[in-house]
Amino acid sequence: MVEERFDFTPKAKKNLFILIAVGIVLTVLGIITVSMGGGHHELEGAAGEHAFHWTKRLYANLWIDNVFFAGIALIGVLFFAIQYAAQAGWSAGIKRIPLTYGYWIPFAGILMLVFFFLGQHDLFHWTHHDLYDPSSHEYDSIIAGKAGYFFFPLHGGGLPVFFLARMVIFFAVWYMLFLKLKSVAYSEDLDGGSEKWFKLRKLSAIFIIFFAVSSSMSAWDWVMSIDTHWFSTMFGWYNFASWWVAGLALTALIVVLLKDKGYLSVVNSNHIHDLGKFVFAFSVFWTYIWFSQFLLIYYANIPEETIYFVERWKNSHYALLFYLNLIVNFFFPFLVLMTRESKRHTRFIKVVAPVVILGHWLDFYLMVTPGTLKEHGGIGFMEIGLLMVFLGAFLYVVLNQLSKAPLFAKNHPMLNESLHHHI
Amino acid sequence: MSDKSNYIVGVFDDEDILLKGIKQVREGGVKIHEVYSPFPVHGIDDVLGYKRSNLSVVAFLFGLLGTTLALTMQIGMMTVDWPMIIGGKDYLPVPSFIPVTFELTVLLASFGMVGTFLIISNLKPWGKPKLFDKRITDDKHIMAIDLGKNKIEESAINKLLKDSGASEVNLKTL
Repeated sequence: MVEERFDFTPKAKKNLFILIAVGIVLTVLGIITVSMGGGHHELEGAAGEHAFHWTKRLYANLWIDNVFFAGIALIGVLFFAIQYAAQAGWSAGIKRIPLTYGYWIPFAGILMLVFFFLGQHDLFHWTHHDLYDPSSHEYDSIIAGKAGYFFFPLHGGGLPVFFLARMVIFFAVWYMLFLKLKSVAYSEDLDGGSEKWFKLRKLSAIFIIFFAVSSSMSAWDWVMSIDTHWFSTMFGWYNFASWWVAGLALTALIVVLLKDKGYLSVVNSNHIHDLGKFVFAFSVFWTYIWFSQFLLIYYANIPEETIYFVERWKNSHYALLFYLNLIVNFFFPFLVLMTRESKRHTRFIKVVAPVVILGHWLDFYLMVTPGTLKEHGGIGFMEIGLLMVFLGAFLYVVLNQLSKAPLFAKNHPMLNESLHHHI
Repeated sequence: MSDKSNYIVGVFDDEDILLKGIKQVREGGVKIHEVYSPFPVHGIDDVLGYKRSNLSVVAFLFGLLGTTLALTMQIGMMTVDWPMIIGGKDYLPVPSFIPVTFELTVLLASFGMVGTFLIISNLKPWGKPKLFDKRITDDKHIMAIDLGKNKIEESAINKLLKDSGASEVNLKTL
């Protein structure tokens, strides 16, 4: 087996920098348009309404993008771990690509902390001090009852110690396990044999168990707590499903693009078929989770639960995006990737994967924006620009690290099985 | 049934010999009726030159039938024939109809697919499958060649089968 190394050309780097630069320009343009519109709202504010400030929309967008890409980074490591835990042979040639997403974890962790302190009062209603003060007319007995989940061991309204501790510990453990997985995986390539493989299986199992709990709690902390009164027992799964499909689509896309560039001689149409099946099947899975959450709330019709969908579905501001979310994340991949041939041909993957990735960004947009920006939300220059900045930065980190090691482990014990993969 | 045919049945001991044998027999210009094996042999459909079956298209069509049937039934009952308000929803509460629609789609797609498969594979309850050799349920692979559909002489086919690695060659009328 010949070693293959990804060449991160200056041209590719330049393209990513252009992407980031255009993104920044669009963001600034977005800030200008929103702040001009904000002046308009201030006139209306005479009626007693709070003036809307552009920073709020900026924080909401930073939060959406960071949560989205933090999730994708984790999904990459999870995908890698699942391959070992399931003793999968077919993926031996591709699994280093999702593994490198893990290099984004420390960036995502630092950004998450920074963005939280920047935008906490704009994003999270529960951070307001008055809610926990029984003498205040803002006192909210429901949120005060949940204070322990955010502020333990302090009293409600102070520094959310428990919330921040979860964030820091999760990112620290994820990054630690990622580094461990990565170093063993790379030494496996040098030494050969199956001893490292068994070690990776054990590490993978630990990561998967930790991820199962921590990803659910992160979804409650980072996304569900925005609508503080509202709760859904499916929310952890729902966020996981969204991240997972986006991560799989990104992996399929990168594999297909590398293959087109002449890399990955170990990948044939059978492996692409499998990745296509992953995207197809988990798009259906996402829809299943999404609909299970929706149907129970719709059918039971309890006001404290339905408010979530009143804000998104029965709100003219977001209704169109609400339907679009279902179209791009379910109907489109479902119908396009249904046949065997479409999953085996890179042409179709190159169309479906980007749509699904953007679609799941939209899914997170719909989770965060209606609760934070209400009727001031929208998709404009700022949303597109910041997504481009994050995408560019994420891809830069991933591709840069991808170029530093061989694309696949030539001494992997399963590589021979992967070469003979046939479906 | 009077339309019995004569078959030459080659018995193979090993799937690797079988795969090579199929290639040789086909290269010798003999049309193979069917190959039977006690377990799935990887790559055998490529060697036999079989095209992908249209079973998935059948599944899709049955699924579509299920979707249509379910929606027609529910809308007919709950919206058209006897409009009912349940839980304060509209007369046409589409989300409430989706679980039943999904179930019927899956049910008809899978039943339709299994049924079609049983019929086209001649495994239907009233069908009499051709059993060329009992040992295909144990450890032998069988290659059946329809004499009537081949213009090559019987002895030549026999020799070709032997050369291709068949451990024995029998004549069977079924």
